[in-house]
Amino acid sequence: MKKLKFLIPLAIFLGLAGFLLVGLGLNPREVPSPLIGKPAPAFELPRLDDPTQKVRKEDLLGKVWMLNVWASWCAACRDEHPYLVEMAKRKIVPIYGLDYKDTRAAGQQTLSRFGDPYVASLFDADGRVGIDWGVYGVPETFIIDKAGVIRMKHIGPLTPEVIRDKIEPLVRQLNG
Amino acid sequence: MVSAVFHAFQPTKPRLFGHGHVANPRDTHGYRCGLRLALTKNPSVLFVLSSMKHCTRWIVILTLALLAGWAQAKEAVPAAEDPALEARMLRIATELRCLVCQNQTIADSHAELAVDLRNQVKEMLKRGDSDQMIIDYMTARYGDFVLYRPPVKATTLVLWFGPAVLLLGGLVTLYVVLRRRSRLSPDEFEPDPDDEGAAVGAASDAPARTRTSGPHD
Repeated sequence: MKKLKFLIPLAIFLGLAGFLLVGLGLNPREVPSPLIGKPAPAFELPRLDDPTQKVRKEDLLGKVWMLNVWASWCAACRDEHPYLVEMAKRKIVPIYGLDYKDTRAAGQQTLSRFGDPYVASLFDADGRVGIDWGVYGVPETFIIDKAGVIRMKHIGPLTPEVIRDKIEPLVRQLNG
Repeated sequence: MVSAVFHAFQPTKPRLFGHGHVANPRDTHGYRCGLRLALTKNPSVLFVLSSMKHCTRWIVILTLALLAGWAQAKEAVPAAEDPALEARMLRIATELRCLVCQNQTIADSHAELAVDLRNQVKEMLKRGDSDQMIIDYMTARYGDFVLYRPPVKATTLVLWFGPAVLLLGGLVTLYVVLRRRSRLSPDEFEPDPDDEGAAVGAASDAPARTRTSGPHD
């Protein structure tokens, strides 16, 4: 036992290296949302394409739906846009958009140019609803269950892997 | 995840740093002053300036104009309509982390989200909400991560007391080692170099002394 004493510093070093290695793999930008497992914040917003029509949280109760926060000025939203369009085509889950701190014209132009995957896009001009949902960057994506509870949040652009491995199974389970 | 790096945080928004509104009324006044100065670039004005008699007059006029602008700017300094409210808002904002640029507080950051959240804090203060209500509002949306001083709870125990425990552990180890050593008989230690030198020096002569004194000086 006494002879192995010289290994103690090595063990401490390895432990520290282990922690640092795990830390390297973490993304400090991904702040876990406290809203997961909680009822989605209430909102009442006009549609992007029709200011007279309002969408409220209560309108969406009873079905599993996805909220995708996007904006015409957001470059990373362009990256995920084709995947959203494909998701809409495959009818995986109804997608609602939240056009965050945008102008109506620019938002509509983006959708007409790149395709509109949204059942409806809600127009959040001042970003107030975004704050309620804890949005701190765009794009962000939420999955909301039939009871109106947030079940998942994805920060950053969606990828085919995230859609296949996380969103699709979760939606199936929630609908199941 | 690499893709998350591309997460478009708000700083990518082009109009981010040039907010649509003028943040500080002084800016507009400065601009007006600039316009007044620009008049001197007009050739006809320069011509007038070339005549000495007119020059003094123009200098007086321009100086007065500048002073007027300066006086106006001075008046405009209290940008906030209520300095006490502003101070209270800033005090709360320095406790909150900006999620876009994570090493800054909401008070320091120019990110658009930070501006929005500062306005939100101000609005809530105007409404008469307590500091704690505002902190709760923020943590409900962004989690404990927004707090520069996270609350003490089971998951943050290591964070709060880890350093103290490590320091204490180090001190205890040091104490134990020193105590054990002080109880050992002098024979257990290697002889002190100086003692050794003295002993050798006493028994022998100069060459031994140079050997011991060399590397230790």
